[in-house]
Order: sequence, then C-alpha cells, then structure tokens
Amino acid sequence: MEYETATPVLECGAEDRNMILNMGPQHPSTHGVLRLLLEIDGETVVRMMPDIGYLHTGIEKTFEAKFYQQCVVLTDRMDYLCPMTNNLAYCLAVEKLLGLEIPPRAQWLRVMLNELTRINSHLVWLGTHALDIGAMSVFLYCFREREELLRLFEMVSGQRMMTSYFRIGGISLEPPLGFFERVKKFAAGFPGKVDEYEALLTQNPIWIRRLKGVAHLTAEDALALGATGPTARASGIDWDLRRDQPYSGYENFQFRVPVAQEGDVYARYLVRVQELRESTAIARQALEGMPEGPIKADAPKVVLPDREKMKSQMEALIYHFKIITEGFSVPAGEVYHAVESPRGEMGYYIVSDGTPKPYRVHMRSPSFANLQTLPRICEGRLIADVVAAIGSIDIVLGDIDR
Amino acid sequence: MPPVPAITDIEALKDRAALARLVSWKAESVNAARFDRGELTLYLDRAALREAATLLRDDPELRFNFLVDITAVDWYPSEPRFEVVYELLSMQRKERVRLKVKLDGADPKLDSLTPVWPAANFFEREVFDLFGIVFEGHPFLRRLMMPENWQGHPLRKDYPVEGYR
Repeated sequence: MEYETATPVLECGAEDRNMILNMGPQHPSTHGVLRLLLEIDGETVVRMMPDIGYLHTGIEKTFEAKFYQQCVVLTDRMDYLCPMTNNLAYCLAVEKLLGLEIPPRAQWLRVMLNELTRINSHLVWLGTHALDIGAMSVFLYCFREREELLRLFEMVSGQRMMTSYFRIGGISLEPPLGFFERVKKFAAGFPGKVDEYEALLTQNPIWIRRLKGVAHLTAEDALALGATGPTARASGIDWDLRRDQPYSGYENFQFRVPVAQEGDVYARYLVRVQELRESTAIARQALEGMPEGPIKADAPKVVLPDREKMKSQMEALIYHFKIITEGFSVPAGEVYHAVESPRGEMGYYIVSDGTPKPYRVHMRSPSFANLQTLPRICEGRLIADVVAAIGSIDIVLGDIDR
Repeated sequence: MPPVPAITDIEALKDRAALARLVSWKAESVNAARFDRGELTLYLDRAALREAATLLRDDPELRFNFLVDITAVDWYPSEPRFEVVYELLSMQRKERVRLKVKLDGADPKLDSLTPVWPAANFFEREVFDLFGIVFEGHPFLRRLMMPENWQGHPLRKDYPVEGYR
C-alpha cells in the first residue's frame, strides 16, 4: 500500500503544467482554520497536504499548570461542538486514576447529556455540510433544533456552549425543575425532524449526485490511517466504543450501531443521520430509566461539598477550602481512557506524579486522526469534491490543533 | 491509593497474550511490563520497536490492527528523560496495549512507525514538534503545530508555561 500523501506538496518537483493552489485558512468550507495545499492539474487534485496549527493554544501545556478540577473547564474548549463529551472523557480518566465509583444517577445523566451533545454536533455537521454543497435551507432546519438543545444545555449548566457541567466524581448540579419534561418533549419530537431533513436530502437527486461515489475511503485505508467514528463506520468498520468497550453505564442501553459499506460521502451522511435517531433513542431510555440517588461520588476529599453543608458544617467547609486552595492529590500512575465522541475515539492519556496537578495530559482527538484520511480520499478527484470530502469527515479545528 | 496494586513482574503477567507473544519472539525486546488499573504497559527496547509493532499487528491471534495514539512524556531532569507512548487497539480482541520506549535526553531518536501504520504520520510529527524527538524514517518530519521557525519544543518540562519572552 502506497501512502504518497506524506510527500510535501511544495517540494515534489511539480510538473510545469501543475499549479499549487492554497485553500484556506480563511475559507468558508474548511470548517475553521484549516489550510490545504493543493497541487492541481486543471480541475483535478494531484496531491494534497493539510497544514494545521493555526488554532494551537498549547492546551496540553496549560493542563500541567492547573489543578485537576480546574482542567475540566479547559476540556470544553477543544472540541467546542461536543463539550460534554470532552468533559466526560477527562472526568472518566481522572476517576480511573482515583479509583472513584460514580453513582448511577450521575452516569445516566452523563449518558443522556452526551447523546444530546452528539445530536447537537451532528446537527451542526449536517447543516454546514449541506450548506457547503448548496442546500441552504437544511442549515436553517438544523439550527432550529440545535437552538432547543442549546437552551437545554443552558438550563442545566448556565452556558450554551462551554458547559463544563461534569465534575470529577459526578456532575455539578441537579438539573432544574422542568428539565426532564423538556428533554422528553424534545426526544419525542426529534425523530419527526430527522424525517424532515431526510425528506430534503436523502432522495434529492442533486444531493445524491454530489455525494454518491465521491471521496471513497476503503476499510483498509480507514484502519491504516487511524480513522474512527462515523468516518470509519461508513467504510464498513463495525466498531463503536459505546458498545465494544462500554463506559459510564452504556452497557445498560439498547441501541444499534449504524454501519455502511460504501465508504463514500453519501454513506457517511447516512450513518450520521441514523446516529441522530439512535442517540435520541438512548436519550429517551436514559430519561425513562433515570435512577434516583446522589449525583456525586462519596469522596469528600475530591468532590466539593453541597453549598448548604459547606455553610453549616465545619468539616465540609474545611474540605471545600482545601479542594479550592490546594486541589486534591491523585495517586501516581497513568491511564488512557477513551469515549466515543460524535467524531470518533476521543481519548485522554493522563500521567499523574501524585501531586494535585497532572504531570502530563494528552488528548487523542478524533478529528486529528480523521484529517489524515483527507488527502487519501481527495487525490485524483475534482476540487469541487474536496469541499464535500471535508464536510464528510466532520473535523473540528479546535480539536485538531488543541 | 489505587484499589489494586500494580503488577510489574513479567513472569506474573505471562497470561497476557501480547506480552507472552513478544517474550516468546525475543525475550530481550521487553525490558519491563506493568499492569495497572486494568491497563497493560510494555516497556520495549528501542531497537526492537518497529519489529515488535509489526508482530503485534500481524499476529493472527493478537491483531493489534489499530494505532490509536502516539505521544511522549518528559521526565526532566531525570534520565532516561523521554518516554514515547504508543496506544494500540485490537478490535478483534477488544483489547488495548500500551507500548513505551525510553529515550535519553542526549539522543532522542527512534524508528518511525509510519511503515507499519501510516496513521503514525501526524502523531509523530506532533511529538517531534512539541518534544523534539526525532523519528528516523519518517517521510516528512516537519513541525506540525508550531510555526516552522519556532525555537524550542513547548511540551518539554524545561520550557516555561508562559513561553520565552
């Protein structure tokens, strides 16, 4: 198998007839600050090289200077379309280091919010992907539902996007009154909305012509290039961490993992649209089976005490003071914990040296690995298809550059 | 304290398929092993890395067919200073294994895994960029995150958090 994509575009001794075209970093269809160097022969892409790093903020270095509980806030800022998934992956990794047991109600809430986040992320993907290809109205439909989701997130966490709602050891607050009814209403109505998107797109001849057979990715390439999530599942790789290595109580939920064999942009579209339905089903199951009980683990040295207790009990006040001022120390060791984000495997590798600050945190971001498939699926194809291909692998540049 | 103490004895971990296979292939390739919090870590010899990775990928029993991640840890000022960390996944066995290679600060070089998994391309470039570890045989080892003309490697521990001003 040849992976000539590694050759630099600008130094490949391009033939005179070929032209080097710079796409991005300011380009509406690159979904952020992605720069692509294209070597083109007429309308055909001969070679492509992604150039990233425009959004690099050194977040891994920042982690090393913060307490464990302060880092939760940073995790939202990477993959800003699925903040709760980031929160969850980080919290699970630290909880694994600490050996904490999370009460079922917190797990169920985490699952429910994660699935809502997945719907949120897929809605942004579908809207912008369709917009790139020229189906303007789908964007407005998707953002109509997304608005309701953001209001739900605002209800529980006080924030629309950077939620930071999960805590190490549980979640920060009990959801407010009326929240579950609103989620229920949303989950009941949403499959009908997905039908609306599908009515606009799935059988639309223009949509099919732009997507079918375009940017084909084989299963071998997907594995070799590190693709995960819907990008890999659309190429026939039947792998979903929620089912295959369950975390946070996912083993208690019934759901299907949509897989397609074609590996083209259309297959990725179909897989994600089916995931919208599956996620709604999981959220509904989480609502129906929501256990009663505490939302935080019983670990006073790690989890902040309730506000009421903090103001009335001396011991709680001391713990509160200590956690805020000196953090909590985490036993030395290292863990890698991965969750299934809307884009694929999102993993946190955390090394602890026994102090209240992480010694090293590394994020395995799905967009970063999925981006490597882009040259593979674009080379030999038309420039117009590059736009469809970028949309179909659903990258978030905040997640890539970190 | 972790609920279960880590197991660091290679003999006691022989029931782990990945370790058993590597030891039966070449006993000196595995310097140490550690089983902690349900995760297996194998410390490999630098020279054996690429062959060991190929073996783990191709062995029909193991099939660690997926390279999840490559990163590094800097233990400055102690030596050997760097640890390069590889996360592998076997979809067939639903199992993960972590490979580690220790490197001296004076000679941070090791074989690239791009011939084994093309996915290593970006991961190794990132480690090269942020830690200054050189992957020999990488097709295009250039900075990935930082600008081309950047001085220093930001994730090294002797690099200040606020940068050089």
